[in-house]
Amino acid sequence: MTRPTPSPTLHIDWTRCQARGACLELLPDLLHPDEDGYPLPAAPARQRTNIPLRAAQLPAAQDAVALCPRLALTLRREK
Amino acid sequence: MTLTTPLPSVAPSPAMPARLFAAGPHADATLHAARFGPLPATTGLVATLRDSGLTGRGGGAFPVAAKIDALTGPPATIIGNGSEGEPLSRKDATLLHHAPHLVIDGLLLLAAALNPKARLVIVARPDGVDSVRHALRERADGRDIEVRVAEDRFVSGEATAVVAGLAGAPALPKDHPLHLTQRGVGRRPTLLFNVETLAHVALIGRYGAGWFRSLGTPEDPGTRLLSINGDGIGEHVLEVPGGTRIIDALTAVGANPDAVQAVLVGGFHGRWVPARHLTRSLTPRPAPDADGAPVGAGVILAIGVETCGLTVTGSILEYLAAESAGQCGPCVLGLPRLATRYAEHASGQEVDASRVWQLIETLPGRGACHHPDGTAALARSALTVFTAELDRHRAGTCCEGPHR
Repeated sequence: MTRPTPSPTLHIDWTRCQARGACLELLPDLLHPDEDGYPLPAAPARQRTNIPLRAAQLPAAQDAVALCPRLALTLRREK
Repeated sequence: MTLTTPLPSVAPSPAMPARLFAAGPHADATLHAARFGPLPATTGLVATLRDSGLTGRGGGAFPVAAKIDALTGPPATIIGNGSEGEPLSRKDATLLHHAPHLVIDGLLLLAAALNPKARLVIVARPDGVDSVRHALRERADGRDIEVRVAEDRFVSGEATAVVAGLAGAPALPKDHPLHLTQRGVGRRPTLLFNVETLAHVALIGRYGAGWFRSLGTPEDPGTRLLSINGDGIGEHVLEVPGGTRIIDALTAVGANPDAVQAVLVGGFHGRWVPARHLTRSLTPRPAPDADGAPVGAGVILAIGVETCGLTVTGSILEYLAAESAGQCGPCVLGLPRLATRYAEHASGQEVDASRVWQLIETLPGRGACHHPDGTAALARSALTVFTAELDRHRAGTCCEGPHR
């Protein structure tokens, strides 16, 4: 039984995030700063911690995971 | 606060069923066995639970069988969660006080069905813990069940917070990219159920899915416990069939619906229901058509006609802001700001509603737990329901009566 490959998501560990903003620079069409500089995903509220990614956003998301100074980001492929 | 007030009695209301407290108040091992008999066999327990439609009674209303199905291996730990961080919630402590053996039965049944070697834990608030310890000493099969005292914080009842507490860390929510059924205590599959859920498991294991469904509705089968509080009503714990109307729950505890201005259903993360909608039914989950009232963990707060719901909500928002675990930036900074902007707006000083509404929209979904989501939902509900009060506050004429 084969399942379609689930689309990857960007997981934010909010307990680590301290609004350093690297992800905002790398993913400007995915994340916007809120009034304190924390990332505010454009996704609906229930998907703001595990944010669905389009294929074209994957390389920048990988960069964001690698460059987040707080190690707050992970890339997830399973649901 | 709960340490000084006695737990509500569980004398059955004539209009309501008595399943969980069928062995009467203070049901010790003898009374429990006389009413319910010995532990049943566990053959087919999970299938029976699936047929019963039992959902979690801790607030999430997630199907019990689906949670068991989500396990990626035998559960290394099974937890009965009676942490009850909600100040107005008394149902779990009351259940553990009057019917501890049902909860213990449910935990033992799940262990027998899923992993007899699992670590078993019951987490209870201080006013429920002695009763559990006493009940465990009364029975030979309770020896290996650990009892832990819950931390007295609003967010400490959240599942990942309970698991953190078991590991010796502060009982605060943790980031959880995986579900506890995949990686929980000791990074191994963990099952956590509210203690009331376990008590229903014990009954379903004995009497079956058809019996369970003989009360309640197809959407909300069986019964559930409510913690009912309010102006002139006092404190009650009441068992009701699923789908009960708000007004029927209120009258069952002796409240006069005509003296009620509005009801907060679902606790501090709940929704306001104005008096004209008291005929709405309690629903296990938020209904898309908004025709029901999501019951959450069963907390109901009724305010009288002399009380201002906008002001009450302002106090609750301040409390919830102070109860942030202090871990996630959007919550740490956003909740106090929400409380402040809400207060300015609700008092009629700040007319630009966009400042508070923009926060209500951006807070949810950005935390290790749902505390910001629930807090924003409460503010949204108050500003949606109490529009007449808002107009009066702007005109400077509301709230002549006593209010908090």
